[in-house]
Amino acid sequence: MKIAVCVKQVPDSWAEKKMSGQVLDRAGVDAVLNDLDEYAVEEALRIVEAHSPTKEAGEGSGHTITLISMGPERATEAIRKALSMGADNAIHISDDALAGSDALATSLVLAKVISTEGFDLVICGTESTDARMSVVPAMLAQRLGWAALTFAGSVIVEPENSKVLIARSTEFGVENMSAAFPVVVSVNEKINEPRYPSFKGIMAAKKKTITAKSLSDLGIAASAVGASAAWSSVKDSLLRPARSSGIKVEDSGDGGNQLAAFLAEKRVI
Amino acid sequence: MSQVLILVDSVGGQVSKSTGELATFGSRLGSVTAVVFEPALAAQLNGFSIANVVVVTGVDTSKYSPAPVAEALAQLITSKSATALLVTSSARGKEIAGMVAVISNSGLITDAIDVDADRITTQSVFGGGTTVHSAVTTPTAVITMRSNSIEVVAGSGTPTQEEFAPTISEAAKLAVVNSTEPAVKGGRPELTEASIVVSGGRGTNGDFKPIEALADVLGAAVGASRAATDAGWYPHTHQVGQTGKTVSPQLYVACGISGAIQHRAGMQTSKLIVAVNKDPEAPIFELSDFGVVGDLFNVLPVATAAITAKKA
Ligand SMILES: Cc1cc2nc3c(=O)[nH]c(=O)nc-3n(C[C@H](O)[C@H](O)[C@H](O)COP(=O)(O)OP(=O)(O)OC[C@H]3O[C@@H](n4cnc5c(N)ncnc54)[C@H](O)[C@@H]3O)c2cc1C
Ligand SMILES: Nc1ncnc2c1ncn2[C@@H]1O[C@H](COP(=O)(O)O)[C@@H](O)[C@H]1O
Repeated sequence: MKIAVCVKQVPDSWAEKKMSGQVLDRAGVDAVLNDLDEYAVEEALRIVEAHSPTKEAGEGSGHTITLISMGPERATEAIRKALSMGADNAIHISDDALAGSDALATSLVLAKVISTEGFDLVICGTESTDARMSVVPAMLAQRLGWAALTFAGSVIVEPENSKVLIARSTEFGVENMSAAFPVVVSVNEKINEPRYPSFKGIMAAKKKTITAKSLSDLGIAASAVGASAAWSSVKDSLLRPARSSGIKVEDSGDGGNQLAAFLAEKRVI
Repeated sequence: MSQVLILVDSVGGQVSKSTGELATFGSRLGSVTAVVFEPALAAQLNGFSIANVVVVTGVDTSKYSPAPVAEALAQLITSKSATALLVTSSARGKEIAGMVAVISNSGLITDAIDVDADRITTQSVFGGGTTVHSAVTTPTAVITMRSNSIEVVAGSGTPTQEEFAPTISEAAKLAVVNSTEPAVKGGRPELTEASIVVSGGRGTNGDFKPIEALADVLGAAVGASRAATDAGWYPHTHQVGQTGKTVSPQLYVACGISGAIQHRAGMQTSKLIVAVNKDPEAPIFELSDFGVVGDLFNVLPVATAAITAKKA
């Protein structure tokens, strides 16, 4: 199987984020591998391990895992992290003209790479923790004309039948879905426990190939992407006054009554 | 007058509360056409600001998840020259919106909490700390609206009704739903629609009874932190936060929840926040309007009894 995992570098989700002009201030916070994409990498590794004669990802497994990431130069750090978990190689699309791209442009670029390289299975996280749109996987499937199996809480791959089965969890419950290769899957954070890179994995990652691609390599016009091509634009942003913490009482048997009295005062009850 | 489409959501054959909210937002932008995929829903759309109902026929939404819905909506955008499509900000709603945006070459805004007559949207980002105003520059704007963001304004009259039979591509039928396990729906309100949410975290130690008891006297939905859903104490569908649901109720009661940034991302825009936590240093107190430092197993039963008494 040829598997691709889409990974993004994002500002650390544990950090406080703010806007710088019209865009997210990315310089001021640590950049990390989108933690939800770790589940996608882990799932790809598990799929390969389940179907490899050597029970290991990497050489000899008969399968490859390629990371695809669109982002600035320094996104290589996040890519290395995912490589050190065990992915085989990576494609990094970086171009100054991509700055400020919206999800439509991101999906355009990723779809171009995917269709050029050809994969059986593309695995994404459910959401990038910076923009929090949760739309890129569905957009990718739409652009590629592939099946979308998204919000998977479990994935079963039957390479012999070129088939993927998932349990999709949404607010309405669980849908058991299936589709034939090629498929775009997005996985949620309940699906597995991502591994920590081993020392061996970290050393091996240093030698793995990251292929850099620019827009012209992909045959995409600079005018089709980036901030100027975005179909929506931020007009302004303002910091909301921090929520001032309100009343705090120590419970000595009466805390519940005080809570009820507060709700009554606020006319909630 | 501009034409605006809204996608009607339903649970168990009942139109969701968010439909009235979409209609209220939509009527600011133009004449609202509500789109339903189940004919039975059309009859439930009286009394909203809805001028017209389109019943989409020939689409088996139970067999093929979002893609055919997206194709049908994109075709309706064209045939109606709609200037906007409003969809509820659920996982499914955002996905449909994303697909429609791709098909119809439209700008997309997700998780808006407001939209004005000029299609300027308001979003509350980074866990509620920042407010962003955006404009869509394409002829049609695809916008997903967060539930509970507006008071529903009632409309009068009965909408006109028409049928629409879209052309669904083979690609949209590639992913097949083989079976479904609907979310077990108890007697409580839907989490994202509820005006009060009572949530439990690791501090419950797996015992959600005091949480549920308080929720029931308040007529509230029950939420949970990821620590609680990961431990299997409460279903994943109840998780509030970055990777769970985003809620914006009138009142949010966090019990035994520390207030990690990922949890806050899903509840910080609640109008009123109350916390019960043993640890006076818990970060949840930083954003609480009212906090009780104490053991939830002592505080909640007393609060529940007091509320019951006040209501009597
Ligand atoms: C990628 C990612 C996504 C995530 N998404 C989410 C998400 O969507 N939602 C979410 O909630 N979390 C999410 N998290 C996890 C988040 O970081 C926290 O780990 C989680 O919210 C902690 O849950 P908690 O507050 O219940 O547990 P804890 O942080 O362990 O807090 C328990 C609290 O209970 C208090 N307590 C204990 N006993 C009692 C008692 N008897 N009475 C009163 N108080 C008591 C303690 O003082 C403590 O403050 C995510 C994390 C990551 C990395
Ligand atoms: N710039 C990017 N490069 C690679 N993958 C991405 C990028 N943006 C989004 N993705 C993938 O799409 C998923 C959903 O992202 P989003 O729709 O932005 O919330 C992420 O978890 C990634 O797997």
